[in-house]
Amino acid sequence: MFTMQRSRRFGVAITAAAAATVLALSGCASGGGDGGGDGGDGGDANLSVTFLPKNLGNPYFDTSSAGGEEAVEEFGGTFAEVGPSEASPTSQVSFIQTAAQQGVGALVVSANDPEAICDALDEASSAGVKVVTFDSDTNPECRDLFINQATAEGIAKVQVDLIAEQIGDEGQIAVLSASANATNQNAWIEMMEEELAANHPDIELVEVVYGDDDDQTSFDKTAALLQTYPELKGIISPTTVGIAAAARYLSTSEYQGQVALTGLGTPNQMREYVEDGTVTAFALWNPADLGYLAAWAAQALITGEITGEEGDTFEAGKLGSYEVGADGTVLLGDPYVFDADNIGDFDF
Amino acid sequence: MTATAPAPAPDTRTTRTYQAYATPLWRRVLANREAAIIGLLLVVIAVSIAVVPNFDSPLTVTYLLRDIAPILLIALPMTLIIITEEIDLSVASIVGLSSVMTGILTQAGLPFPVAAIAAILVGTLAGVINGFLVTVVGLPSLAVTIGTLALFRGIAVGLLGTTAITDFPEFWSDLARDNIPGTPIPGIMIPFIVLAIAFAILLHFTPFGRSLYAIGLNKEAAAFSGVAVGRTKFALFVMSGAISGFAGVYFTLLYNNARGDNATGMELQVIAAVLLGGVSIFGGRGALHGVIAGVLLIGTLGSALRLAGVTSDIINVITGVLLVLSVVSASLLAWLRRRRISAIGKKKERELAASSS
Repeated sequence: MFTMQRSRRFGVAITAAAAATVLALSGCASGGGDGGGDGGDGGDANLSVTFLPKNLGNPYFDTSSAGGEEAVEEFGGTFAEVGPSEASPTSQVSFIQTAAQQGVGALVVSANDPEAICDALDEASSAGVKVVTFDSDTNPECRDLFINQATAEGIAKVQVDLIAEQIGDEGQIAVLSASANATNQNAWIEMMEEELAANHPDIELVEVVYGDDDDQTSFDKTAALLQTYPELKGIISPTTVGIAAAARYLSTSEYQGQVALTGLGTPNQMREYVEDGTVTAFALWNPADLGYLAAWAAQALITGEITGEEGDTFEAGKLGSYEVGADGTVLLGDPYVFDADNIGDFDF
Repeated sequence: MTATAPAPAPDTRTTRTYQAYATPLWRRVLANREAAIIGLLLVVIAVSIAVVPNFDSPLTVTYLLRDIAPILLIALPMTLIIITEEIDLSVASIVGLSSVMTGILTQAGLPFPVAAIAAILVGTLAGVINGFLVTVVGLPSLAVTIGTLALFRGIAVGLLGTTAITDFPEFWSDLARDNIPGTPIPGIMIPFIVLAIAFAILLHFTPFGRSLYAIGLNKEAAAFSGVAVGRTKFALFVMSGAISGFAGVYFTLLYNNARGDNATGMELQVIAAVLLGGVSIFGGRGALHGVIAGVLLIGTLGSALRLAGVTSDIINVITGVLLVLSVVSASLLAWLRRRRISAIGKKKERELAASSS
């Protein structure tokens, strides 16, 4: 009987000790990282900023968080990044609650769902946490500021400018879009048509084809376009799937270097095509700048420099001065153009 | 329980009296798995308060209890089901289905209480389907509920697609989120405690509850002793469906969000907590207070580790290791006990051989 009792108690003791050790260790580990944040409470303002991306391990958000961290270091706050491993609608809630419990100065969130995290954000706000959204917004009443990466006008204009420059401002172009009812793409294409008509009369948009954001379909549509229009000089693809598929087709065809290609793409997808000369330049926003601006906006909210009202202005380090627009939105600026000179600086 | 053997009078053999229990009361109360889990929970809470910054705030209690409330609720019927050596893997899908029903009916203009009751009825119906397939058709519950896990989730996602319904009456969503006035305890704990007491009485103090253990240990023996095995199990699956439906309504209000993929994967959290709480997956063993401590332990550990800045992957690793350790330690103890008993037997044999020679 005694052996059994002892071993049973021994087992319980081991499990308890293991759990206690784990907690103690993690507590110590965080003590080092968060110490600054807690110490900051004693000062004038609590400049601890927590970034909560849609999910961790996503190169896009790794880049934006790196930008945020840079900004936080510049204004002397403490930076932390937390997030769920998968981007499901309610998975961010527990992290928002944790930030409220920790009493961080500001929470910078890219929302997985515009509504599901709203109440948690409201509660964090009432606990004194400033809430800034970036990349994906929540309903406007749930946050203090939204850092918008680009406007539809800006996205349409940069792509038209790029193609005009690459084909010498004259000739036939085509558009390879996502699906025929994609809201964003349709809005951009409409604005591109207006921009072409207004400022580039010698460029003719011959056709808009739809690759359905499917790699193979986009690839086939590119091939068909080039056969239908032998005089075609350029293709705009305002979708990351489309531009990558079109570049893949062009790079292996006789049209490489003959037909210009631009649009919205990510550096990692486009790197090889920029390096082999298929694509000269393409556009997107710079997530690092987006995170950088979001962190500065958070700082301005914490210090009370701004309240998020329309017309408020604040300084954002190297990016200069920004003004809050309607609905508490701050616009990052014109889309960022990636080319052979700068693509090496990006990894997302 | 007091098994004093009546001595047959004409026999010359001496009367043997047996102790009612082999070990004293304090040992029976303290040295069991439930007590171990409660002890571990207290250790985790104490260590967290000592080393994790901000853990000791009232917000921690509120958030913790609110987030684990659906798991606490569903763990109640799940405990009973696992004690009878069955399992219900479809609970999280029923939560999703009930959430979608609440959303669709509210959007269709029904008053919220009607929509909520309809959603709970849908959950109950889902439980009836599970129960029917397990007891009347006689299929294994593991297979049945893996099937209905996919089926109910499929219906839920199919009904709403990828859209979400997010407009619910403020009165009800506030009710789901508000605390009991003057305390950091969320209001959802009131229905939970009522249900927990009801389930505890049902499991530990009624013939019905006792029959669950009998079924779990040996269902043929239970059937021959007059337990209606099929009907009992059917009732459990229906209860599980109804409670999951209720948890779905609560989940919807808590996040103000009715979506087909709500609570995906929650069945595993529930089952993990139930097993951690000392219920044997082979049936016939377990108690409700252990299960409640198990849910609280997983929740508290997660909350403390998140506050300490540990990433969710590491938290999953730690909960996983804890669960494996608890199951392994149970098997290890059982093996040790068997070895001891057989050692006692062998010793007796040797003594007998020695004395007779």
